[in-house]
Amino acid sequence: MLAAPALGKDLVGLERLSAEQIRAVLDTAEPFKEISERRIKKVPVLRGKTIVNLFFEPSTRTRISFEFAEKRLSADTVNIVTVGSSVAKGETLVDTARNLEAMRIDMVVIRHSASGAAEFLAQRIPSNVVNAGDGRHEHPTQALLDMLTIRDHLGRLESVRVCIVGDILHSRVARSNIWGLTRLGAEVAVCAPRTLLPAGIEELGVRVFPRIEAACEWADVLNVLRLQLERMQGGYVPTLREYNRVFGVTRERIERVPRRLLILHPGPMNRGVEIDSDVADGPHSLILDQVTNGVAVRMAVLYLLAGGAPEKAEAAKHGAAE
Amino acid sequence: MAPPSRTVLLRGGRVIDPSQDLDRQADVLLADGKVARIADNITPPEGAEVRQLRGLVVCPGLIDLHVHLREPGGEHKETIASGARAAAAGGFAAVCAMPNTDPPVDDPAAVGFVVAEGVRAGAARVYPVGAISVGQKGEHLTEVGEMVDAGAIAISDDGYPVADAGLMRLALEYAQTFGIPVASHCEDRSLSRGGAMNEGAVATRLGILGIPAAAEDVVIARDLLLAELTGGRLHIQHVSTRRGVEMIREAKRRGVPVTAEATPHHFALTEDAVEGYRTEMKVNPPLRAAADVAAVREGLADGTLDAIATDHAPHHYDEKEQAFDDAPFGVIGLETALGLALTELVGKGILTLPQLVDRMSCAPARAFRLSGGTLRAGAPADLTVFDPAAEWTVVPEQLLSRSRNTAFAGWKLRGRALVTIVDGRVIWDQLSAGAAEEAHAPRSPRARAG
Ligand SMILES: [Zn+2]
Repeated sequence: MLAAPALGKDLVGLERLSAEQIRAVLDTAEPFKEISERRIKKVPVLRGKTIVNLFFEPSTRTRISFEFAEKRLSADTVNIVTVGSSVAKGETLVDTARNLEAMRIDMVVIRHSASGAAEFLAQRIPSNVVNAGDGRHEHPTQALLDMLTIRDHLGRLESVRVCIVGDILHSRVARSNIWGLTRLGAEVAVCAPRTLLPAGIEELGVRVFPRIEAACEWADVLNVLRLQLERMQGGYVPTLREYNRVFGVTRERIERVPRRLLILHPGPMNRGVEIDSDVADGPHSLILDQVTNGVAVRMAVLYLLAGGAPEKAEAAKHGAAE
Repeated sequence: MAPPSRTVLLRGGRVIDPSQDLDRQADVLLADGKVARIADNITPPEGAEVRQLRGLVVCPGLIDLHVHLREPGGEHKETIASGARAAAAGGFAAVCAMPNTDPPVDDPAAVGFVVAEGVRAGAARVYPVGAISVGQKGEHLTEVGEMVDAGAIAISDDGYPVADAGLMRLALEYAQTFGIPVASHCEDRSLSRGGAMNEGAVATRLGILGIPAAAEDVVIARDLLLAELTGGRLHIQHVSTRRGVEMIREAKRRGVPVTAEATPHHFALTEDAVEGYRTEMKVNPPLRAAADVAAVREGLADGTLDAIATDHAPHHYDEKEQAFDDAPFGVIGLETALGLALTELVGKGILTLPQLVDRMSCAPARAFRLSGGTLRAGAPADLTVFDPAAEWTVVPEQLLSRSRNTAFAGWKLRGRALVTIVDGRVIWDQLSAGAAEEAHAPRSPRARAG
């Protein structure tokens, strides 16, 4: 049996990962899912490793998901949450990097408001770096868990039609999804008002739907993004009411489609804005599966970065692997 | 302090002076701080210093219309003295210092300070540009007349572009009284806000908010219309867009009193250089698409863009050592501009050598009505001697600027300044008398710089 390719030192984004590497993460996540179902949810895979969760931006959801993943793999974890930009606090990212290096940590999970921050850190410290969201750039583990969730339900990603709906301009989730899904053969589209689409988005290999109705007709899966309410001040959309009327994912819109349209949302949701409650909580929704898969995917990423091999994941799950 | 002016005979160089259509091998005699005469085989007067310049180009001293010297307030990045020395090392005999220091140069006292420090530096001439508005806040006109009396040669709010069209109109009208141009950094902040690089596919992939070309174009359009309305002299700074070049070309054709400049980074680099979040490529206006770069080159070739200016913007190393969004805009340029223009424009057949001398010396002098830009007898002896064939590599550590934020580290350039003379005084010298072969030796940062 061929050894699957390692993930490399860091996971900065999906743009530069091969299809094999992405598949390796998804395949490794599968056996790890079961650990969360046990009475004692712990295996010794990362015992003795120190991981720092370095969050320059608040994100309870992502941080907790990483923390669970780390603890289930028996790593020692430290959380550093610095709200607001590091620059405002007078300490630069490079200072932080040097300090971490001096403390001999093994891995850093970083969330930062600036695009490129994870790559910046990865280039400067020997520890493994996992990008937990950098500015408007990438959020690779979110995309991986989205992909795992779709694959679980449809049995494949090839030729699956996924439309990402919402604030594409400011979204890191959108970019990671686009890279990951297209690499594994899915068809990807985006749907948003033009004000929330970055220039040249088509050049990333996606089609654009200006109206949600057409997107629903085309898609197998809608990945609905949060409309960041602070964007309202920027005037990107006139009112939340209008956004819901024109772009909202409503029960009426998805039931008009004669197929079962799967609904994803990375959360937290604005109910009644980008998504209606009866969709979020309804039979089409895979939102809670995403949360569960999030922990498994992050376990897989940490395990692979620490040198684990995908084909040994099953063994690792039983606590045999070191 | 600078060495005293003396009688100097520059022998056998290729003398290029587009102001008098001159391009031939000749001798140039400098005396009493002025150009005495240009002729074949001048017999050296008693006590004259004689320089053999065979194979080298002698031209009117280069003039940079757009530099940031950071003093007062940012002396850790650059001082007037260090900037003037870096200018001399790059072949510039004069530079125009933008007013966005801290505090800004918005009154006669501040203008006087820049003049005095420039004289004290004894290197390239330093001409202050005064602010258009008090505190560069875009509200009230500065005391333009008083600033001109103190030595200001133009006004600009550069980094804080005037948003109010009414104020810009007043500036263009008022400045006419004093015969100075209004230099405009054309940027509509409501369109560029939050952006850090050119809007387009590269920015989209990197997840960086974009600055559309239109943010520059709409203000170029506005200012051209206001220059036409008022008859005031407008100078458009660091043009980076295709449409900008087209509009300026068309305005000139209609007789609008406008001049314009382009920077080496805008004619040598595209937005692709930002790839990998390279903060040394973060400039404002941003590096644009290939079509824009082609238009800038074309604009320089046909004279739509009159001048090459560096927008020399020094930043301390740790300020650029940040995530892309957090890093400041700007690159240094004084010591690489001539080499880049020779390599990228002359070397690629876009400009002839005389055209290059025009864009870097004669045209800037005309645009801001500065002394220099000519080697006519009686003109101040501001000259640059460069070797158009000298090959060298840009090594940031060897630059004289206090900052190292060049976009061109490691670039191999062909062409380099060897001697810079101001008022007949040698302020930069890479040629020991007579030993032309040393022109090709690498220079150390400690090289004599006045
Ligand atoms: Zn500017």
